[in-house]
Amino acid sequence: MAKVIVDRVKCVSLGVCESLAPAIFEVTDAGELELLTDGDIDDENLEAVRAAVAGCPTEALTLVED
Amino acid sequence: MPETTTDLPSFPVPRERPFEPPSAYAQWRESGPLTKVRLPNGSAAWAVTRYADVREVLSTAGASADKMRPGFPHLRSGVIALSTDSNLEFMDEPDHGKYRRMLSPMFTARRVDTMRPAIQQIVDGALDRMLESGPPADLHGSLSLPVPSLVICQLLGVPYTDHDFFQSLTVRMLDTTTTRDEFASSLQRLHEYLLAMVKEKAGNPTDDVVGMLLDGPARAGEVTHEQIAGFAMLLLVAGHETTANQISMGTLSLLREPAKHEAIRRNLELLPGAIEEMLRVSAITDLVMLRLATEDIDIGGCPVKAGEAIVPLGAAANHDPQAYSDPGEFEPSRGSRSHLTFGFGMHSCLGQNLARAELEIVFRTLFARVPTLRLDADIDDLPFKKDGVVFGVHELPVAW
Repeated sequence: MAKVIVDRVKCVSLGVCESLAPAIFEVTDAGELELLTDGDIDDENLEAVRAAVAGCPTEALTLVED
Repeated sequence: MPETTTDLPSFPVPRERPFEPPSAYAQWRESGPLTKVRLPNGSAAWAVTRYADVREVLSTAGASADKMRPGFPHLRSGVIALSTDSNLEFMDEPDHGKYRRMLSPMFTARRVDTMRPAIQQIVDGALDRMLESGPPADLHGSLSLPVPSLVICQLLGVPYTDHDFFQSLTVRMLDTTTTRDEFASSLQRLHEYLLAMVKEKAGNPTDDVVGMLLDGPARAGEVTHEQIAGFAMLLLVAGHETTANQISMGTLSLLREPAKHEAIRRNLELLPGAIEEMLRVSAITDLVMLRLATEDIDIGGCPVKAGEAIVPLGAAANHDPQAYSDPGEFEPSRGSRSHLTFGFGMHSCLGQNLARAELEIVFRTLFARVPTLRLDADIDDLPFKKDGVVFGVHELPVAW
């Protein structure tokens, strides 16, 4: 299964990922990006997560597909 | 690094046509990765025109956004004076990230969604007044300018009874007939107002940006009341003129292509893609993203030395044929958010989710309430902001 990894140094919690894949990403009120899964991405959300990875303005997201 | 710059092409270069970057950008892009240009103060800077290179400059830690550094490229002297300890736009890491993380929860897609009913009400109110007064009407003055100003009121939690005061000052500050003295006094009055508002809310935290900053970071001793007032001013400066000009340029990009306008109006699924194309093609923030190399770096195979000024050009990147086929075409079906109008990297626009929501609500509402909207002038006669830092139009005459 594909996995998404967040680089916590690069992430500024802008929430562009959240707007593209709301089932996977959420920026909390404390300004931290939270993954709503344990990092595993099912097929249903894969396209949205690909868009989020490509759209991240700080290149903080990586998708590992096997 | 004293050097003669008189032979270099001068910069900025005005656009020949409103929806195209200056033709010089294409020549520079073809002739080399970087082009040395002469800034208004006579100093040299590297102009960056290729999409991949602009992204590289905006995301490398070797290029600073801190305009107080000696050698930083300045395009004009009249830079709005914001206090430096609040102005994220010009801060480097780690300070930038620290403050930005305090603000970002207020600008997430989820948070913006909760603002939609209020934005709709603001858009409807502005349109009510425009429709009562015309046709004809100036859409820029009656819709584009008031909407983002009132949305910022909402965001900051400016009490409703103060909206008229807030709006008259913010619009006055953007008016070209405003003198330097009037501008300075408006800025001062606004700052005093915001600081008084922050102090008043301090006893009684509210569900808005100011309230949240007071409740969290201020209570923890991480920011002062002055800084919160500074952040409020920053949100206004960054979110008002940009959004206003994008509403007008976006409207114009529809009105100049009636067949596409009609297709989008009839199929709202095309609207998100159309908004990204409005942002990409009009590229109003072309001149906003300036940098200074703080170490020796390599951009597109060209060495840039520490201390050299860099001008990454958003309009050149957005119109790079290597990144977009037929880049001059407004093509909603591209469905790409990859344009650099909101910048890129750590400094990419904090308000981009909010700006997208404002644009979407404005156009949905225009489609529903003014389906026969048309331009009431020749596009070539419109007064474009040829020498502004943010591109746009001073007036947008429409009829219906």
